[in-house]
Order: sequence, then structure tokens, then C-alpha cells
Amino acid sequence: MKATVLVRPKEGILDPQGDAVRSALGHLGFAVGDARVGRVIELEFEPKGGDPKREVEEMCSQLLANPLIESFEVEVA
Amino acid sequence: MSEAPRIAVVVFPGSNDDRDAAWALGALGAEAVLVWHGDEALPDVQGVLLPGGFSYGDYLRCGAIARFAPALAAVRRFADAGGPVLGICNGFQILCEAGLLPGVLRPNASLSFVCRDVPLRVERADLAFTARCEEGRRLVIPVKCGEGAWFADETLLAQLEAAGQIVLRYDGDNPTGAVADVAGVCNAEGNVLGLMPHPEHAVDPLLGSGDGALLLAGLIDAARARTAVAA
Repeated sequence: MKATVLVRPKEGILDPQGDAVRSALGHLGFAVGDARVGRVIELEFEPKGGDPKREVEEMCSQLLANPLIESFEVEVA
Repeated sequence: MSEAPRIAVVVFPGSNDDRDAAWALGALGAEAVLVWHGDEALPDVQGVLLPGGFSYGDYLRCGAIARFAPALAAVRRFADAGGPVLGICNGFQILCEAGLLPGVLRPNASLSFVCRDVPLRVERADLAFTARCEEGRRLVIPVKCGEGAWFADETLLAQLEAAGQIVLRYDGDNPTGAVADVAGVCNAEGNVLGLMPHPEHAVDPLLGSGDGALLLAGLIDAARARTAVAA
């Protein structure tokens, strides 16, 4: 089974990387008001049984995202 | 005088301050014992130091993978039993990711790697690590990190402030963008301390500052006290 995990900086958390990207896009002449940089993780896995989406969410809260600063979205295909 | 207290310095793939830390502990009268990350038990030691570096390449998030090292399970047992544990830089990041310390370390607000001496303020002097300082003492210790911005949300920060777990703060020059100028925090029990600055690089005034020796000597004193108990 395949899953895609999108990890992003939580709302309200300062994202210096996003700021750098926004500023660089400004140098290229694009009017970008805000940019936030996250991370995409593509997984191929064998579900243990039960709800596979729940299982990936468990992976996120235990390792793939740090709940203090990051939120995540899971898509299971 | 009893024999030198033994302090484990845990070496992860990618650690790069392990030798400096071991040298500094030796110079201050302890016996440093290098422990490989794959070791499932600690040797006979009375203190633990997690050194700086880039454990496991800092993949995913700094410190996130190191928390699964067998040696870290042993460090957790040691800390749970009240043993003194000091995490420096990457060691601090690992302790946060492992849940042994509160908060998390994020990329510096400047996005630049910073490497310079910074002034710190000792916020509490009743911990083993800071027992050689007085409250309000100013220490000059270098930082060298790209991901040193300690972060906790407002609720957690307020809890930690109230519990006195903020041990060290940048004093007038916050090089990382850490919230509330936090440079070092401890656990609720006070036997685990993590800090971004590198005390092991400040043990000889000839190299700019000897202030780091005060914190390392605190760790060594705590380890020596445990030797005395065991004997």
C-alpha cells in the first residue's frame, strides 16, 4: 500500500525557510506574500491490519512530524 | 580522595564533539568513557554526556533518529534512576526529540550557521550542573549550530518558566532566535540538562573563555557524589 504524508510547519510558527523562499521569489519579480516550506514523505508499506490511514497517522505522531511545531496530512492510495 | 568519577560520552555516527568533550572532562578530573551508540548498556559510569555533532546526518529532524539508538535507551534508564545527564548542542536536540527534555530545536531564525562566543545568564544555581555558579552569573561560552532555536509554545513555555526549568538564557545576544532567549533547559527533576552552547570548548582561558568548565565541573561533582554513595 502507498501513502503520501505532507508535513508542514504549524500555523503561527515562524518559518525562516519559507521567508527566505518568499524573498528569493521577490527577487525574481514574483509578488509572493507568504511562503511556507514543508516536507513530503512517500511511503510503501504493509498495513498491520486495521485502518491503514490510522497506521500512517501513528507513524506521523511517533516520528515523521514533531507535534510541537508541525502538522501533517495523510493520503492513502 | 576517591578515584576519578567516570562519565560516559555517547558517540553516534556523525558526532563530532565527542573527543573534545572527553578531553575536557579529563582535563577537569573525570575519566571519560566513550560509549558507542549501538551499546545496549552503559558501562559503570556515574554521569552521561551527549556530545555535539550531526547524529545520523540529522536526517528528518536533528536528533530525531538518534533517539532510537540502543545506547539512548540505556541513557533513559540512567536518567530515570536520577543519574546526571548533560546534552550539548546535538545532544540537547536528541534529548528533546527523545522526550527527556521539553521543547524542540528548530533551524536558526537567521537560517545561518552561527559560530561565536555568546554571553549567557545562569537563571538558577541550585542544580548540580550550575552549583559552581551563582544565580545571575554571566558565562561566556561559544555556540556553533545551524538548528539551535529552542522552541516551545506559549503554554509550555509558561509551565517551564513557572517550574524553573529554564536554566540558561542568552544575555543580550540571542544567536539562534530561540524563544524567550532560552539557551538551556532541564527536566522537572533537574538531573537532565540540555544546552546549545558548547561548554567543552570553553575550559581554558587561553582559548577565549574558561566558563564552560564551571558547568562541566558541576556534572563531574554530581558524578563524584554518586561514586561516594555507591562506595
